[in-house]
Amino acid sequence: MARRVPLFLKRRSYRRRRLRDAARLLPVFGGFFFLLPILWAPEQSPKPDTAPDGVYLFVVWFLLILAAAALAPGLDGGSDDDDSGT
Amino acid sequence: MTAGPDTGMPFNILVLTCVTYVALLFLVAFVAERRAGIGRARWLRSPAVYTLSLSVYCTAWTFYGAVGYAARSGLEFLTIYLGPTLVFIGWWWVLRKLVRIGRKQRVTSIADLISSRFGKSNLLGVIVTLMAVVAMTPYIALQLQSVTQSFGVFASGTPEGWALPNRDATAIWVAAGLALFSILFGTRKLDAKEQHHGVVTAIAVEAVVKLVALLAVGSFVVWGLADGPSDIFRRISQSTLADWQLQPDRWFGLMFVSAAAVISLPRMFHVMVVEGGDEAHLGRASWAFPAYLMLMSLFIIPIAVMGLERMPTGANPDMFVLTLPLHEGQGALAMLAFLGGFSSATSMVIVEAIALATMVSNHVVMPVWLRLRPDVAMTGDVRGVVLMARRVSIIAILALGYGYYRLSGGSAALASIGLIAFVGAAQVLPAMLGGIFWRGASRFGAALGLIVGLTVWAYTLFLPSFGNDGMIPAHVFAHGPFGIGWLRPQALFGVSGMDPLVHAIVWSMVLNASAFALGSIFSFPGPVERMQGAAFVNVFDEDQTGPQGWARGKAEPETLLMMAGRILGEEAALAFFEAEARRQGKAGFLPDATPEFVELLERRLAGSVGAATAHAMISQIVGRAAVTVEELMAVANETAQIMEYSARLEAQQDELTRTARQLREANEKLTQLSIQKDAFLSQISHELRTPMTSIRAFSEILTEGDLPPTMVAQYGRIIHDEAIRLTRLLDDLLDLSVLENGTVQLNLGLANVQTLLDKALAAAGSTRPERSFTILRDLPSENIFVRTDADRLLQVFINLISNARKYCDNPDPELKIAVRQRAGRVSVDFIDNGSGIPKESQAIIFEKFARLSDQSRAGGAGLGLAICREVMANLGGSVSYLPGQGGAAFRATLPLRLDRKVA
Amino acid sequence: MSHVLLIEDEPNIAEAIRFILTRDGWSVSTLDDGAAAVAAVHDQRPDIVILDLMLPGRSGLEIVESLRADPATHGLPVLMLTAKGAGREREAAERAGVSRFMTKPFSNADILASVRALAGR
Repeated sequence: MARRVPLFLKRRSYRRRRLRDAARLLPVFGGFFFLLPILWAPEQSPKPDTAPDGVYLFVVWFLLILAAAALAPGLDGGSDDDDSGT
Repeated sequence: MTAGPDTGMPFNILVLTCVTYVALLFLVAFVAERRAGIGRARWLRSPAVYTLSLSVYCTAWTFYGAVGYAARSGLEFLTIYLGPTLVFIGWWWVLRKLVRIGRKQRVTSIADLISSRFGKSNLLGVIVTLMAVVAMTPYIALQLQSVTQSFGVFASGTPEGWALPNRDATAIWVAAGLALFSILFGTRKLDAKEQHHGVVTAIAVEAVVKLVALLAVGSFVVWGLADGPSDIFRRISQSTLADWQLQPDRWFGLMFVSAAAVISLPRMFHVMVVEGGDEAHLGRASWAFPAYLMLMSLFIIPIAVMGLERMPTGANPDMFVLTLPLHEGQGALAMLAFLGGFSSATSMVIVEAIALATMVSNHVVMPVWLRLRPDVAMTGDVRGVVLMARRVSIIAILALGYGYYRLSGGSAALASIGLIAFVGAAQVLPAMLGGIFWRGASRFGAALGLIVGLTVWAYTLFLPSFGNDGMIPAHVFAHGPFGIGWLRPQALFGVSGMDPLVHAIVWSMVLNASAFALGSIFSFPGPVERMQGAAFVNVFDEDQTGPQGWARGKAEPETLLMMAGRILGEEAALAFFEAEARRQGKAGFLPDATPEFVELLERRLAGSVGAATAHAMISQIVGRAAVTVEELMAVANETAQIMEYSARLEAQQDELTRTARQLREANEKLTQLSIQKDAFLSQISHELRTPMTSIRAFSEILTEGDLPPTMVAQYGRIIHDEAIRLTRLLDDLLDLSVLENGTVQLNLGLANVQTLLDKALAAAGSTRPERSFTILRDLPSENIFVRTDADRLLQVFINLISNARKYCDNPDPELKIAVRQRAGRVSVDFIDNGSGIPKESQAIIFEKFARLSDQSRAGGAGLGLAICREVMANLGGSVSYLPGQGGAAFRATLPLRLDRKVA
Repeated sequence: MSHVLLIEDEPNIAEAIRFILTRDGWSVSTLDDGAAAVAAVHDQRPDIVILDLMLPGRSGLEIVESLRADPATHGLPVLMLTAKGAGREREAAERAGVSRFMTKPFSNADILASVRALAGR
């Protein structure tokens, strides 16, 4: 709605907004890295790749969890005041 | 527990362990309910418990089946966990909005969400319910099967054995036990937003058990059987799993469908939105739940590899988690694994049954019932019917699951049902996402999309799962129905050679979403739909003052209160109305039926019976289901500024009107008070002069002498009686003035409410003794000790009972006395079955001399209730008229412990 | 023997007036309800009506008004009694057309004198 939102935000609000952008981007990155093995085509490569691919997937998974855990507290606290329009 | 390598654990011990475990769960649930009941349940609603409750995602199918899946297809099993991980770390997109909408609209199930979003349409509620029941029944059957199988593993002598003496009996015992648990802890409360602490806590405990079990088996495999991680890597690379076959379409498709399922499975929606409903918790779960999933899948591949290596060929990999420890002689570990699997199955079934039962009762049973008996909102016990419907639904759903298990014969066909159910549940996705992000989504589009999706899913995936020539004849598989080749179930539109599952996902989702989008674009939504659409899509606009759905409706607050009482229960409804009345600045229990309030009430009711039913019930009273032309215009006029401006004006005007009304009321009251002051003096004069007249006349007669002695005695008695009457009146007046000045001396002590009521009933019996009154009491509830002035309290009780005796005009008079204790206060209700006190008089009955009519002057000067009010105020409590009870009803409230100084 | 109809809902006051008048040679019948008053007047054709102001069923003022509206009872002497304060009630009663107005409590001699005066004795 047409609530009057200032054009430039204070530093804190600015940070919080970028944090939200990061939270929105996270699953996009995650999806890319999870789908990456398709490009490696393990069904065609001759070498045994279950173990390395598994390690890769778990590492990506772990990093995503770390990133989400790092973002979550900053997202929690913010009220919805300057949220509606993206 | 020392079972040899190849001897199964004694079946008795297994059953004993199992029963003990179940008893423990009952105990946990019971204690949690109790603690929540006395308000000590903060930790029950912690983010940790929330995250753990989300683990109902991991069913027995994932607990046992993941290893089997890995043994067959390598890393592909991970997709089932990776999809949900993406959804959760991306919670800011979808989950947060769902949870917020769920809380604001008091959503009771996923069917309710869809129904509520698309104009509180019951048709959509029915479609989603039907879909959920169809998709979830085999899934529940799968859980029953896995429990039975795991029993079988222990029961037979060999780890691979399946022969259980009586497999069906096991399944039926499990199903019955789960039904009992779900009914006991899942249908205690009507309002879905009043969380089921017992269930959630038990689920959380089970979540820990299954995680610990899987980690224990995994650690045993990695560090017990192998020499640590590097050794495991070596073994993986040497095993048959060394080179896995990634099928791109399945890899992507499964990840997509599991991501969809994690938000659209009825049980996931239930724990995530309905039971939880807190964004802060969701924030924590956004990384904690993926972490849980990661831990659950960490050791799957090692267990699969070790199982393939060590177990005899032909052993079922789906049971490796159980059979591998057993095979290695680790009886205790196997038992733990068994409990883990048992936990996975039971928690899934319990939550699924509760979620489905809520949907069935709110969207199928209640509408039918309301259609059959439209007057029931006012007269019937709605609450009881809803709860009963839920209980019966739980039993029916588990019976369906059991029946399916029996029919399918516990065959391998069930194993694939997990993914089939996922795809079925995912059909809700377009309508759900469209509903919360796209205001143009319409009811017609949603219904069309759901029906198309459901049909395609059933035709391409569900029915074929019964096998070639099962539900669909073989020739249809080969040549299509009626020989139409491009309609072959697994090669729609000539797309053959695709994995059947991916084929079904692609076609059902594409056709579903297209039908939804096109249907929405080419239809025009109704007003309620548009309002709900705006409320859902713009849920984060806090001060959004949309047009009110009930703006022109006319509802009597008392009627609304009675209906609310039938659903929420008497006490909760009174509390809700009282709070609103206080917010509006009114005393008593009846707020104005402002549009805001009616809307609020509708949402509150929706939390119990679902949006569509609540809407229907309110319309019955407000007398209008549709929106007026003006509101329609307001919806159509979406120019933001005008909307906001007019909304603000409207709000201001409402505020003004309300203030003006309050002022008018205050003024009226003041005027009345002044009139009453005059009337009071005049009344006192009247009340004093009347006995005085008799006394004077007879004393003159007696003075004149020459009367026969009998008459002297008679007239002497009259003088005496009238003198007493005069004294009593003066006593009352003095009493009242002392009470009003607050200078009364209270004689505090412990008193038993029951004893006081006994005394009061005996004393009040002298009022109109010719009437026989039926007194209804609940003695155990009366046994409360209060610290107060017993004589004063007794005075109030006697007065209230005498009033009922005097004024109750029912030929078979009845007086119900109900005592309740809550939060340090005791309330005593006196409810008779007479015609009650008319609404306009309710405000003045506590005033002095406010006898309602001169006709009914049954002695007394009309000071009784005024004195009662002052006494109760002095005792730190109050006495008020309870509207909507069917007769005259008074509630006296007092503190459990009155301390010396009361304000 | 002249007849007095006494309409008074307080039984003790009614008894006192009945005693005083009977002793003086009047025949007295009593009624404790305002609703039946007008009908009773037509039935009994009393010479004098003594009426309480506040009555169950129908107020004394209303009864007087309907008596005055009826030609048959237009001139019937009516003595009104009340326990309420004098001022406003007296005005209202006189406007309604009562013949005489007395406040309670009264002395026995006064009420006897009033009744005699009204009867023209």
